[in-house]
Amino acid sequence: MDQHIAETTGYHDAEWHAHGHHKESFVTKYIFSQDHKTIAKQFLITGIFWAFIGGILSSIFRLQLGYPDMSLEWLRPLLGGWITDAGKLDPEFYLALVTMHGTIMVFFVLTAGLSGTFANFLIPLQIGARDMASGFLNMLSYWFFFASSVVMLCSFFLKTGPAAGGWVVYPPLSALPQALQGSQGGMTLWLIAMALFIVSSLLGGINYITTIINLRTRGMTFARLPLTIWALFLTAVIGVLSFPVLFSAALLLIFDRSFGTSFYLSDIYIGGEALSNQGGSAILFQHLFWFLGHPEVYIVMLPGLGITSEIISTNSRKPIFGYRAMIGSLLGIAVLSFIVWAHHMFVTGMNPFLGSIFMILTLIIAVPSAVKVFNYLATMWKGNIRFTPGMLFSIGLVSFFISGGLTGIFLGNAAIDIPLHDTYFVVAHFHLVMASASFFGMLAGVYHWFPKMFGRMMDEKLGYIHFWLTFIGVYLVFFPMHYIGIAGFPRRYYSWTTFDVFNSFTDLNTFVTVAALITMVAQFLFLFNFFYSIFRGRVAPPNPWQSNTLEWTTPLHPGHGNWPGAIPTVYRWPYDYSKPGAEEDYIPQHIPYSQTMESNLPHENDLIALEKEEEDIVIDESSESH
Amino acid sequence: MGTNIRLVESPQKTLSVHPHKFALWLFIVSIVMIFASLTSAFIVKQGEGSWLEYNLPSMFWFTTATILVSSVLLQWGYFAAKDDQFKKLNTLLVATIVLGLLFLAGQWLSWKQLVDMEVYFAGNPAGSFVYVLTGLHAFHLVTGLVFLVITLISALKNRIGSGNMVRMEMCVTYWHFLGALWIYLFIFLIFYH
Ligand code: HEM
Ligand SMILES: [Cu+2]
Repeated sequence: MDQHIAETTGYHDAEWHAHGHHKESFVTKYIFSQDHKTIAKQFLITGIFWAFIGGILSSIFRLQLGYPDMSLEWLRPLLGGWITDAGKLDPEFYLALVTMHGTIMVFFVLTAGLSGTFANFLIPLQIGARDMASGFLNMLSYWFFFASSVVMLCSFFLKTGPAAGGWVVYPPLSALPQALQGSQGGMTLWLIAMALFIVSSLLGGINYITTIINLRTRGMTFARLPLTIWALFLTAVIGVLSFPVLFSAALLLIFDRSFGTSFYLSDIYIGGEALSNQGGSAILFQHLFWFLGHPEVYIVMLPGLGITSEIISTNSRKPIFGYRAMIGSLLGIAVLSFIVWAHHMFVTGMNPFLGSIFMILTLIIAVPSAVKVFNYLATMWKGNIRFTPGMLFSIGLVSFFISGGLTGIFLGNAAIDIPLHDTYFVVAHFHLVMASASFFGMLAGVYHWFPKMFGRMMDEKLGYIHFWLTFIGVYLVFFPMHYIGIAGFPRRYYSWTTFDVFNSFTDLNTFVTVAALITMVAQFLFLFNFFYSIFRGRVAPPNPWQSNTLEWTTPLHPGHGNWPGAIPTVYRWPYDYSKPGAEEDYIPQHIPYSQTMESNLPHENDLIALEKEEEDIVIDESSESH
Repeated sequence: MGTNIRLVESPQKTLSVHPHKFALWLFIVSIVMIFASLTSAFIVKQGEGSWLEYNLPSMFWFTTATILVSSVLLQWGYFAAKDDQFKKLNTLLVATIVLGLLFLAGQWLSWKQLVDMEVYFAGNPAGSFVYVLTGLHAFHLVTGLVFLVITLISALKNRIGSGNMVRMEMCVTYWHFLGALWIYLFIFLIFYH
């Protein structure tokens, strides 16, 4: 097999010209491409597509919540039979909208769209590799995601509608077709789509980990890795450990739905008649689901944290504050994320002693999270900040991470969580800390690496308008939800006007809806900017942000294999910004200490002797597969 | 590269493990997570009561023996490949495949034994779990058999030998893992059913 790989990849001599012999057709170049950069763009564009679908779904259900009396007749061309004869949204379809919004945003946008894009794009470029460990598996990873997307999209066109049991698909609601229309065909397609999605995530994750561990260039030690790579690495590790558990949960649910088993079902009466299912337990599903579910929220969050570390340091023109503490806190979060899942289950009647243990573990997560926030702020402190759109979105992430993290500490206390569980308070919490924060991480990354992806710059002015509208919009949407939640307003309710207690919130709900619609419309600015700039943007300089990492040493349009000549060697960490004595305020990673005598610290001068040896290392790329 | 590494002859990569082998180990980790979660679910469910009591099919002893022997034979084949004894390698690969098929047949018969004992897939979760665990393991075993067949084909084309062991090593690792996984499941079931 080795031999075979060396033959087909053409990397025998590590020289660029070997690549010239590739004859690439349109199909192998843009569709079934094995080039990590193209696959990254495929993930990005699919992710953007899903983000807009998810956003439109939420706009529809926000209309229902904000304007309960409005006639939605005008949506009939889009929604057809889901608008009732009275011109209202069908109540079951409301549930389907909420479910699909959650599923799409959490999995398709913020997992596949975010990790898929940036892990694929940045890992080889920032560690100095020609491509991923296996280009073929990488390609498969995208196409499994694509297949999963197609199946999920199809479920919208079923007569009984898509899955409607919430993104957490708790049985028995999701297990019994009698319970909800959405638990019929829609739920089956949901499960198939998620199974494909899990395969895609595992293929991707295994590849990312292998690449980071095996294919780093000369000198790229773990202590010199950019924080983006650290974050993407740990994200992939969490994914490989937790997605299989979601698979188990889904598998047992499939058996319960279609093969008559009773893993999650027991003592159920429908219309006075007992079902034959005995001996199962719905709580079992919650344990399995949240064993993935909680790590999943960090799968969504960590890439954003990594991206912002990089962008904040670059644009503050200062070394990241506490590089090792940043790595340590990422590791801490990754480990802790596996032992806190039951904080989603405080109201399942669990043993209070067990509840306290999970409560303490949950609160401990606040420590590494706070370390990260502190380090971001300290990095910006007295920095020479350049407010690029990417930087603004990164600062936005930090802001959301703080405001949403604080409410996490409330919810982590079982006694406070019990009245707040399943209210809009939880919705506010996770939309700030997870949804908005990692969306901002993703947008920051797109603005920052767009020049490397497409060789052109995005329009800054539009970027600023997009940022301010979105930033203010997000707070206007989610901040009021805290109050609604404390008042006891439950999530996932189609209609609340019949409850006197909640009627006083009508105005607030209308306000939230208006803010949400404005925020949604602002995203079209981004969409326009993105596609316009791909074709018409200003041509980018080679290193537009004067950044230190290796990707900026590649040509403007890197070909397959990334570097035309040999891969650069790395001599220093990626955060030498504004080093005292240096001519410029940045020193890229591939500049040896022997060329920067004026700014070296004493121990760095000692490293010069070793640099000579490092240069002599020959990377034998013939055995390197991709 | 650490600061004190002396690099005399052209060292190659940051890690000496072949990337594909490394990826295989990660794949194994994800399979372990599936079974770890299912067996924990088994224990959690059992702790909640309404659990059916039953005996394990006696066929499991037979299938355990087959899979153990198959692993020994494949290891023997691995040594043969290292010594370039191609004939022996091919025979041993075929023998492993046959034993693998025998194992699958045995698992099927053990399901029949379960049915005879009135333990059904669609019934009390206690029984359903046995079907799920064995069925999912059998599914992975089929992927192992496919890998063995691919390896056998390369062996027949003389693509495996002392100078070219990556595929053979990966195949052996995966097969041993599947064997070990079964032993784990069997012992688990003996203690917890
Ligand atoms: C200071 C750290 C955090 C603590 C103590 C914390 C605590 C909690 C608790 C106790 C709940 C359950 C509330 C309930 O359902 O009653 C919850 C929900 C949630 N948290 Fe956090 N959280 C923290 C940070 C995060 C982060 C960083 C993310 C994502 C990146 C996140 C995402 C979520 C999500 C998505 C839910 C709701 C899931 C659902 O029910 O649909 N949390 N959090
Ligand atoms: Cu959680």
